[in-house]
Parts: sequence; structure tokens; C-alpha cells
Amino acid sequence: MHGKGLALSQNVLPLSLNVNHRRPRRLRYGLDCTPRARGKPIHYSIFSLIGAAFSGHRHWGPAWRDPAPKPAYDVIVIGGGGHGLATAHYLAKVHGITNVAVLEKGWIGSGNAGRNTTIIRSNYLLPGNNPFYELSMKLWEGLEQDLNYNTMVSQRGVLNLYHSDAQRDAYVRRGNAMRMHGVDAELLDAAAVRGMLPYLDFANARFPIQGGLLQRRGGTARHDAVVWGYARAASSRGVDIIQNCEVTGMIREGGRIRGVETTRGPIRAGKIGMAVAGSTSRVAAMAGLRLPIESHVLQAFVSESIKPFFPGVVTFGAGHFYLSQSDKGSLVFGGDLDGYNSYAQRGNLPTVEDVCEGGMAILPSLGRIRLLRSWGGIMDMSMDGSPIIDRAPMQGLYLNAGWCYGGFKATPASGWCFAHLLARDEPHEVARAYRLDRFATGRVIDEKGVGAQPNLH
Amino acid sequence: MSGSAHRLTEGGLIDRRKPLSFTFDGQSYSGFEGDTLASALLGSGVKVVGRSFKYHRPRGILCAGSEEPNALVELRTGARREPNTRATVAELYDGLESQSQNRWPSLAFDLGAVNSLLSPIFVAGFYYKTFMWPAAFWEKVYEPLIRRAAGLGIASHEADPDRYEKAHAFCDVLIIGAGPAGLAAALTAGRAGARVILCDEDFVVGGRLNAERLEIDGAGGAEWARQAEAELRSLADVRVMRRTTVFGAYDAGLSGARTFGALERVSDHLRLPAPHQPRQRLWKIVAARVILAAGAVERPIVFGGNDRPGVMLAASVRTYVNRFGVAPARQAAVFTGGDDGWKTVSDLAAAGIGVAAVIDARAEPPPALLTAAQRLGTRVFAGAHVVDARGSHGIHRISVRTGSRIEHLDVDGLAMSGGWNPCAALTTHVGGRPRWSEAIAAFVPGDLPAGMSVAGAAGGSLALDAALREGAAAGAAAAAAAGFADVPIPRWRTSEDSVSSRALWHVSGCPSKAFVDLQHDVTDGDIALAEREGYRSVELLKRYTTLGMATDQGKTSSLNGHAIMAALTGRSIPEVGTTTARPPYTPVAIGAFAGHHRGKEFKPTRLTAGHAWARQNTEVFVEAGQWLRAQWFPRPGEQDWLESVSREVKSVRSSGGVCDVSTLGKIDIQGADAGAFLDRIYINTFSTVPVGKVRYGLMLREDGFVMDDGTTARLGDAHYVMSTTTANAAKVMQHLEHARQVLWPELDVQIVSVTEQWAQYAIAGPNSRRLLERLLGGVIDLANAAFPYLACAELEWQGVPLRLFRISFSGEMAFEIAIPARYGDALIRALMAAGREFGVIPYGTEALGVMRIEKGHVAGNELNGTTTAADLGLGRMLSKKKDCIGRVLAGRPALLDPERPTLVGVRPVDRKARLYAGAHFLAVGAATTLENDQGYVTSVAYSPMLEGWIGLGLLARGPSRHGERLVAHSPVRGGDTEVEVVSPIFFDPEGTRLHG
Amino acid sequence: MRIRCPFCGERDLSEFTYLGDASFVRPDPDAADAQQRFYDAVYLRDNPAGPFEELWYHGSGCRGWLRVRRNTRTHEILGVEPARRQGADA
Repeated sequence: MHGKGLALSQNVLPLSLNVNHRRPRRLRYGLDCTPRARGKPIHYSIFSLIGAAFSGHRHWGPAWRDPAPKPAYDVIVIGGGGHGLATAHYLAKVHGITNVAVLEKGWIGSGNAGRNTTIIRSNYLLPGNNPFYELSMKLWEGLEQDLNYNTMVSQRGVLNLYHSDAQRDAYVRRGNAMRMHGVDAELLDAAAVRGMLPYLDFANARFPIQGGLLQRRGGTARHDAVVWGYARAASSRGVDIIQNCEVTGMIREGGRIRGVETTRGPIRAGKIGMAVAGSTSRVAAMAGLRLPIESHVLQAFVSESIKPFFPGVVTFGAGHFYLSQSDKGSLVFGGDLDGYNSYAQRGNLPTVEDVCEGGMAILPSLGRIRLLRSWGGIMDMSMDGSPIIDRAPMQGLYLNAGWCYGGFKATPASGWCFAHLLARDEPHEVARAYRLDRFATGRVIDEKGVGAQPNLH
Repeated sequence: MSGSAHRLTEGGLIDRRKPLSFTFDGQSYSGFEGDTLASALLGSGVKVVGRSFKYHRPRGILCAGSEEPNALVELRTGARREPNTRATVAELYDGLESQSQNRWPSLAFDLGAVNSLLSPIFVAGFYYKTFMWPAAFWEKVYEPLIRRAAGLGIASHEADPDRYEKAHAFCDVLIIGAGPAGLAAALTAGRAGARVILCDEDFVVGGRLNAERLEIDGAGGAEWARQAEAELRSLADVRVMRRTTVFGAYDAGLSGARTFGALERVSDHLRLPAPHQPRQRLWKIVAARVILAAGAVERPIVFGGNDRPGVMLAASVRTYVNRFGVAPARQAAVFTGGDDGWKTVSDLAAAGIGVAAVIDARAEPPPALLTAAQRLGTRVFAGAHVVDARGSHGIHRISVRTGSRIEHLDVDGLAMSGGWNPCAALTTHVGGRPRWSEAIAAFVPGDLPAGMSVAGAAGGSLALDAALREGAAAGAAAAAAAGFADVPIPRWRTSEDSVSSRALWHVSGCPSKAFVDLQHDVTDGDIALAEREGYRSVELLKRYTTLGMATDQGKTSSLNGHAIMAALTGRSIPEVGTTTARPPYTPVAIGAFAGHHRGKEFKPTRLTAGHAWARQNTEVFVEAGQWLRAQWFPRPGEQDWLESVSREVKSVRSSGGVCDVSTLGKIDIQGADAGAFLDRIYINTFSTVPVGKVRYGLMLREDGFVMDDGTTARLGDAHYVMSTTTANAAKVMQHLEHARQVLWPELDVQIVSVTEQWAQYAIAGPNSRRLLERLLGGVIDLANAAFPYLACAELEWQGVPLRLFRISFSGEMAFEIAIPARYGDALIRALMAAGREFGVIPYGTEALGVMRIEKGHVAGNELNGTTTAADLGLGRMLSKKKDCIGRVLAGRPALLDPERPTLVGVRPVDRKARLYAGAHFLAVGAATTLENDQGYVTSVAYSPMLEGWIGLGLLARGPSRHGERLVAHSPVRGGDTEVEVVSPIFFDPEGTRLHG
Repeated sequence: MRIRCPFCGERDLSEFTYLGDASFVRPDPDAADAQQRFYDAVYLRDNPAGPFEELWYHGSGCRGWLRVRRNTRTHEILGVEPARRQGADA
């Protein structure tokens, strides 16, 4: 279902045609195959791979350049994660703005881009969210061809289980909203779920499975590859990706932000975009900004690698658990936030137990499969559980934040819309609701209905 | 007995009088008590145990411990199948069944091995560069192939039949590892009287003492360990936990006591768990001090064919010879970077196993070693490297390069020694970073977590003498910290005062594949490719090549890979850095983390006092949070739920019914300021409620949206009882405590949850008063004049206190009667008996729901956290005279927007048509887009009174649109229905029945 | 993580529920700019990386609201006291 990208042109920006138009030509004739001398990477394909095999893979160059920072750029994107790199890619590709630097304090993808459970979906309820995440899904569907990098977008389906009439009614409402925006959604009854996943606990469940809401186009993607693919594509268009370059301050002149102080010296820019997830409050503080955001740790887990065990993505409706299986064979799963503010990329045992209890509750055959590794990502939890893509109150600074634990699936659309905002100084049509002032006006986008309590979203 | 040729006739910790039989790939073998599966296989002459992840190369046994990357098998069968079990830690039991993994059709002949031929293409990250065309092929062709090829063992889809337990333990000193350092620490702290827990992942204590020919105070190391264990077990406050892996360090508290996660393998060494015993037990150990004495792991050397079966770690070879009495080879060679490998030469020789040669990378090995070799007739290759090992199903030849000269030797075993890596993982789980030690060319613990100390090899002190000294010192310090002053520090004489760890990472220019990560088939070439492509950070290297991501988490591979990257980039190893170790130290079964929280025991089940009675009258219960509530009470002959529920509704409205409402939250509120307190909680006023009256209240969150609703009764000047929804009971309690303790501590008010203390029943319908009069006799006058709607009273019934409220959810004349929970069963039976002559019936939550919808009362589907009081048609309740939580932010523009969806009723235009909750409102004929969305249906019910489906919904400008026709659009369930917008009060709009 | 409840002693994390920033002070509802002040108090956070005063609820214990000083970088607990006394002082 990768070809789906074409559908994009119908209900999103005409610009998005770029995503697909060049694809077949580039792939078939590898027009991007230009010598490394010109700074462009060799086009990836089975042919170039076989070719490389004969030369012992000696001619592959760096996937992205490693330049020293220039004194000034048109645009600086703070944060070399998926969102920052996607933003740079679309700035260069869609808006032709290539004098761009992405500043990363560590190695690219060292934040949440490399710490998530790789799930992609667009099964959102509220009008403020639904079109945005569907744009993201459409971009996912054309991503390999756009980036010439296999990000392993795999649409094996996302199934949200329900266990009560009230939960079913809520999913019906959500599924209907999805369908009204042309997003695929199916409501399954218990029998249909059983047909799909007979090994879920139907016999002895404390909260019996009554059915589920299925988005077949949902699935997973290879998170690190998304980062590397965007980095490679952006770099090949002239974007400077600068690792080990931590922003330590903002250069302010008058009311305006003119640049950033970094561990590699001051760098000036006309516009500065923040895409730093869990570090949002800290970077914003450099500009004297307080935000409706708390940083919370979300743990994720992988099991030992086993032969195909679970086809798609499933989420438990009566506890905190979701699961998928990576192409490498590991079960990738997670659950709820630990619940306390944290900048330490790790959590504690009660959450590990809670997640595994949820797993055993729906999938009792997990018992003997071993948990191999756990880690924590720092989520920029917003006050209504929805993101912010907006101008900051002070000129020159732009915000991309508040992704909560939805950041990975949003990567392409986040980059697409943030690039649009940076390039045109106006919000993209599907990101209009993501305003910073919505908390003051009350136009919150609260999918869960828990209010200004970030750890409950 | 098969394979006896591979067993020594004496020595080791196996019991040759107790043979155990087992199978591997269906073939029977036998080993001895004290064997691991790995030692039993080696003892049976089995060399090939598995196939590798990517190239499907035959693999044997590399190690003798939990770091094993190669020898992974499927243990047991059926629902108990355990994929990826390390044969080196699987304790042998009689009847053990095991299978090799990741091969087809057989281990000896595996078609997957074709991948080896494609290995020039299957380099690191090759899949990122291809499988992109045609796009549609990914899910359909490429990915299924990749998924089938990937993964190792096969997991069962059957529910795990075994049980798991969780347990807590508290101690002064937790000691991790029962090798020499750990034992010395435990003896010292234990003798001092400290509460000590000593854990070891092995099934015998002693660690390296069991694997080496070492002496302590003249006794054999293993014997000394036995005696130490015996003494420790004799100490009352010392607990020795074998087969227990401390897998994770977690955060501490103010006292410094830290929580550790540990897994005890209670029954894994048995064919089946003993009766009433779990398979495994998850321990949460809270320790004031912890001593890490987890030892060290030997490093392989990266050279051509280093993955061939028969190539083993040198110290592991010693373990198999000395502990298990196994002869891993007939004619062996040893490849080492320093002195340590030479121990294997002498141990093999002492066991009568031929050692053809020692290949020492050093130009000039110590003379003493050379003479020893001479004595044994072992050839010494100095300044030489092994560049290749041949023999896919067990090596038979190695190639040794000295300068430019290559020589071939025929051997069937090769021991390699590339130095040692301290097991420091637990020092980094809570944030510490390891430090590079030039002395042993390895990372050693850096800054330690508060309360932790390290002893022995885990800290880089590899020699036995140092291990004992450091262990004793650490034990004494920990005991002292726990308040046991001047602890005597024992001393022991040992046979080993130094151990060298000299790095030998990589032999370059090998003719064949040289493996860094054996399980994931990451070669030195892959590291070089990653370097060329810019994946140079150790974290990028790991993610790009999968180095160190296998089931061993890189214990034998990561540092070798980082060393190669360092060399390629001209940096030192500490400059390159290392990846972060994260819990668990070794993989832990998911079932163990869940414990008994599965199936029906996933969460507690809360039952009301009337549950036993309900059970006698229906089998239909529904989960309401953790509560179980009767959903309806079927009568014989009733076809379906709808018939039963409709009958219940009609009976209630025509005669009367009783419903258990005990699950609603009940909060007792007392104090001089109780009324003022409630005024700040609710949007309406409660300080003015007269004693003996009830008022319906609505509370907001501080952000101005509705939080919960319910009735609150005033029983006295300074005494209220609040009821909350079942779902929000705990949340509201927390909210009130916050308001009382944090926001307004100056108020004189006390609150307590009494939800479980009182059973409560609703009696609804025209006959409800008669029923109560019959039940209560003359205790109270229930006439309208004396006890009108919204009256309440405390009274006594047969010497038991009762609370009576005249409130109604159904819209009928109704009462709620509360009684201390222990009388709840008696009361419900008395109520039903008293009501029998009036035809009063029990009704469940469904009928309750139907009647509240008929009356337009809001419930969970409307109180969804995104609605305002005005949205629910309750805006008028908001008192302008006072402040309350949420009042100010409820005044934000978007919350006052007249376009907001507001509560309405809907009925299908075709009265026979069905409604579905979750349908969205669209103008008739409007395109089905989000832009045209005008709201949605929140709740629906079939109303037996109106003889048709009715619904509540939230509709933009709803109240002004009664009479309008809309489409209820529900593509995912039920399709579209044309509906008419009506008042949300469908039944008895004047409320006359209420006042009876 | 373990929290020393002043009333119950040091207990496991799992007994507690987290609310967040303890610096929240309910603004004067009658102030002219009350809505702005409430918005600020309810929605905006310093969200510091380092020592942080936060509110925890000992729901599985004494139901006490606690003011916990904790380092959000290291999870180190630096101090615990009842929230009530603080409130009374305020």
C-alpha cells in the first residue's frame, strides 16, 4: 500500500505532488545517481547494491555530510530528530529553502525518534487532529520513494480493542469521524477480532473483549531509518546537519530572536524553529518563554527476537498496553507514562509491571517470551494532549512541540507543516488548530477529555 | 551412555552417579546432575547447537554463562515452549526436551544458509537501500520474506500454563553475585549481624571458584565456596538466593534505600513446577546498601571463522573442563592476547587433553610460560594471530599467521582470550557512566549510584586475592553503614594474586568472515561500512549494524565493535565511548513481571453487599470499573436482553423496582466549614441546603469543564454525604482531599470515603412509598407533606441505622435507602419481600440507563471531560454569587461559544428505525465531511414507553433547533438515520410522577 | 523510586499518585485579570530539569497530599513534607 501517496494530491496541497511525481522516474532510471564529488549520495536500489557488492561496498559515501556550522543561515532548526530533519527536508524540497542548518546536541535521532514504539496511525477523533494525522499517513505511504531510503513503512493494521458499550460508542464516534475525512476505519465485533487474533484471551478475561476499531492502513515504520532517510535527503539538498552542537542560548536583538548560542559558537538565522520534544521547556526558557508543557518519561520495551508471532498493532482498552512485532522479530510494546515529571530517560518498576500485566491480560501466551530491553523517552506532554505548531510570541522563533507520545507517527506531517509555517509565516491548513493561544481561549483539542493534567493524556 | 569420550572420568561438580536423559532435536542424550544443557551437549559430543540470525551459519557453544550469544535453543514443548533459551544457563533435568532454532529443514542442512552466498549483498543496512520498488511489494512480498527469515525461536500461541509470583524483600545489604567477592562480602556483613541477601544467577554458588583450579587457605576454591555457603545459611539474617538474577537497579528514596528487581527461577530446573509453586518469582528487593560482585565476562577475538563451532572463550573452556568434567576437544589450541589464556593450556593439559599450540599475539610471552609449554610439548606461536578457522560443523583446522608466514594446524577446538569486561551494567541503570581503565583495557564502573559499592572482577580487580579482600572490605563497610560497628575483616590466603587482561580486539586481513556480534552476524566489514557511511557514533553504529542488539545485549560483542570503530576513526576507545546498559541485565519472562495479574485476576473484582442476592436472581453482570453490577434480570421465556430490559422499565414505571446503587461513590463530609467547602467544589450552593434536604450538584475541573455530578445530602449542620458517579469516585475523593489539604487548609472540614461502608438501593415507581411503609412500619411518615421530593432522613430499622433519601434518577417517585454494608444483603431481601405484593421487581443497570435517557439525565457518555455545564443544559446552576473551582476558566470565549454542541434529544423520523450512539449530526443532504459535522449522538436506548429508539446528543446550538431534521451519520455502525431534534426529556416532561 | 510519607514512612512509588508542580497557588478569582491569572496558573509550567517541588497523593496510604522535592534529571528525592502545613502558612 506504499503507492497511496498519490491520493495525497486530491485533498492536500498540490505541492505534495512532488512526493510522488518524481518517484517512478527516479527509481527506474536512478536519475539521482550522481558522483559523490557533487556531494550527492549514490541512489539506493537493488542495482546499486549489487554493483557495490562487487567492489566490497567500498564506494558508499556518508549518508549525510558532516559540515562545520556556517556563521549564518536562512533557517535554523533546533533538534536533529525526525521532526527537525523532516522539517529541513521539506523546507529544501517543497519550499526551495536550502540554506538551512539542523542543530543536534548529540547524534541525530538520539531523542524520541529512536525511543518510540514505531507505530503509525491516523485514527484520531477531533477535527483539529484528524486531517493532520491523515496527511502524515499519506506522506508515510510515499516516504520510501520520496526519500529513496527504505523506512520500512508497514501497513499491517492498528486495532484498538474495546471492552464495554461506552467504549464501543466512543470508538463508533471516532470511526465515524475518521470516515468523514476519508480515513479508513472499521468497527469489529468480538467474533471478527477473534477471527483476526484468535490467541487473544477470549476465554478468561477480566474485561472481556467486545470488539475493536481497526485502521488497516495503520502500522509501523523503522524509526531510525526515518531519521537517516530524512537526514540523507535533506543533506543531499544542501541542508547542513550539525551533530554534537547544543544550543546554549538565544541571540536576542530588540524583541526579536536573531540566532542561537551553541557549544560550537554563535549561529545567526532569519528564522529559528524548535523541534526538541522533551527539551522544549528548557530551550523555550532561553527565549524567556513558559509553555503549557511538562516533560514526562514514557517507557518502551522489546522482547527477544522470535519468528512471526503477531501480525499488526493492537491496543488494550481496559489497561495500558500496546504491541507490535518488528521486522527483526522483536515484540515492541509499551503502555502508560510513569506519571511524574522527568528528564531522565528511564522509568521505574511499577510501570514495567503495569505494562506486562496488561499484556498478559489480553495475550496470555506472552508469559514465556522474555523482555530483553527497556528504555525511556522524554515526552513533551501538552496540557490537552495535542501538539503546538505556531509562531512564538517573540519574532523569529517558531514552535513545534507538545507531541506527547504521538510524535513518531506525526513526523512527516509535523515536518511538512512546520516547514510551511517557517517558509510562509502562516499555518498549514491542517495545522491551524495547533495554536499556542488555544489554552487561553479555551479552544483546546482534548481527545481524552482529562483537562490540564499532562500525565493523564 | 553416548558421548562418554567427551567426558573426563573424574572431577567437577557433576554427580556421575546421577545420569539424566534429555533430547536435542529429537535425539536422546544423557548428562549428569549438575550439568547445564550446554555442558551435557558438549559432553555428548554435540558441537553444532544453532544457526545464526542472518547467514544461518552453524553455531556452537561460545561461553559457559548467561552472556552466551550462540547456543540458543527452544526448551520444552507445547504451551511451555521457551524460545531463545541459552543452553549455557539451562539447568539439566531428567526428560529435558530441546530443539535447535532458525533452521529448515534441519540443523545439519539448512536452506537458509543460502543467505551466506548472498552475504556480499546482505551487508549492514542493506535493507535500507532496497526493497523500495515496486512500492506495493513491501507488505506483499519483501516484508513477509524478511519477517520469516528474521527472528530466532518460535513462541507458542497457547496461554502460559505456569504461574508467576511477586514478592518484596528488605535488607541492609544486597550482594549481587556469589563468587569469591560476593561470598567474602556476605560472610563479613553476615557475621556482623546485618540483614544480608546474597543473589547469584547460577544454581551453585562460587562463581569462578567452581570453574578454575584455585585455592583458598589451602582448600580447593569450590570446596571453600561450599563451606562459605553452609556458614551463611547458618546465619539467621542471611538469605542465600541461588538461581536468582538481579536484573535491574531502580530509583532510591530519601533514606537511600534503593529498589532492585530480581528474578528467581523457582522451577526452571524441573520438568514441571512442584504443586502450588510458581515457575518464577519476581522480587522487588529494597536494600539500604548494595555490593555489586557480578564478576566479569571474557571477550572473544575478532578473526576469520571465529564463529565456527569449537571456537570457545578460553575461560569457558576451563569451566567445562573443571566444573563439568567435559572435554570440549581432543586436540586444542589456545589463541590469546595475554597471560590469562595460558591458564587454559595448563588446565587442558591437566585434564589430559592435548594442546597442539598456543598462539600469543605478544612478541615475547613471559619465559615461565614458554618453559611450561615446552614441558607440555605445546608449540608456541609468539607475535602470531589466528586468521582463519575451518570446519562449518566443528573446526578441524586453523590458520596461524606469524609475520607473513601462514601455517595450518589440525585442531578440533580453539580457546580464545581477548581480555575481560567487568559486569558493570547495574552501576549504569540509574544514570552512572562507566570509566575506561587502561590497566585492564576495559570499561569499569565510574560514578556509582548512592549506596552501591563494587568488589572483585565487577570493579576490574580480576585476581582472586583482590576479590576476597575487596569483598570483605565492602561487606564490612556496608555492615557498618547499617549500624554494625567495628566489624572484623577476615583474611584469606589464596593461590592467585594477579590476573592479566590484555586487549586483543581484532585480527585484520583475515581470508574469511570475522564476526564481531556472533548472534546478529555483524562482521568487521560491517563496522567498516558503517564508518564509511557516517554511522560513527556508537549509538548510530549499533542501530545501523544491530551490533549488540541481540539477546545477549552485546555482552561479548559491543566493546570489540567499538574498538574496531575507534581504530577506523583514529580515536581512542574512551573517545568513541560506549552504549548505555539498560534493564534487564539478562532477559526476563514477561509473565514474571505480570505475576498473578492475568485472566480474571488482572484487576480486583469489587462486589456489592447485595451481590450474593443478585447472583440468585441473574447471571447477567456488567463491569463498572472494578465493580460487577447486575445488568438485567431475565425471566423465563424472555427472548433477549431487550425484552427483559423493556419489561423491567415498564414494571418500574407502572408499579415499582429496586436497583442496587451501592457502587456510586459516597463521601462523608463533616466540619464547621463543610458547607463553605462544598460551595467551592460545586458550581451551585450547598451551604444553604437545609438539614434534611438533598441537592443535585455539578462540579468542574479548574479548567472549567465538567468533572462529575451527583446528589449531596445534608444530614446535620456540619455533616453532608456526597454521592459521585461510580466511575469518578476515586478521582473525586482525590480532588476533594486536594482542595481540603492544599487549596484551603484553613477550612475546618474532614472527609472520608464511605463507598464500601454503606450499601444503597434505589426504590423507584408508584409503589415505592408503599413498599417502604411496609418495610419501615411507622418509623417515618413518607407522605409528600412530611417527606417530599429531595427530603432525606436518618432513622433506625430493627436497631440498624438507615439513611433515606427521596431522590430519583428514573423520574418516578423514588427513594434511595442506605444501610451499613454488612446489612446490605438483609436489606435487599427485606425490600424485595416487602415489595412482592405490589409487584415490585429488581432492575439492572440497563433499565436504569433507559430510564435516565427517557428523562434526559446526563451520565458518563455526556460527562466525557469535554463538556461544560451549559453544554449539558445545566448552565443555570452556576451560581453568580460565589466562586468555585472552574468558574473563572469556564468563562473563556470558546467555552461560552454559542455554537458549542449542546444537549438535545433525538428520535428517528421513522419511529421504527434504530439509533446508534456515536453517529454524527449532518444537515440533510450535506456532504459527509468533518467541516459539516454538527455534533454527535452520545447515548441511545429503546424506550418501551415511547415504543421506539431515542437518543441524547450534543448538537451545535441544539436547544434552538427542536423540531429540525438531521441525518445521524454512522458509516462504521448501522449507517445513516434521519432524526428529529427534540427536547432531551422524552418522558413525563412536567415531572409530575416525580412528586408522586 | 520510594517516597518517605511523613505519616506512613518510606513507601514504594506505586502507592502514590502524581499531580505536578507544587508552586500552583490558586489566583484571586475576583481580580480584574483573573482569567489571565488562572490561565497562567493552570496551564503554564516552568518544567525545570533539576530540583522540583511537586505534589504527590498517598492514595494507597494515608490519603495525605505531600510536597516532594525531587530532581527531575536524576529522580533523587531531596525532601518530603505534608502539603497542608505549607498551605496553612501561605
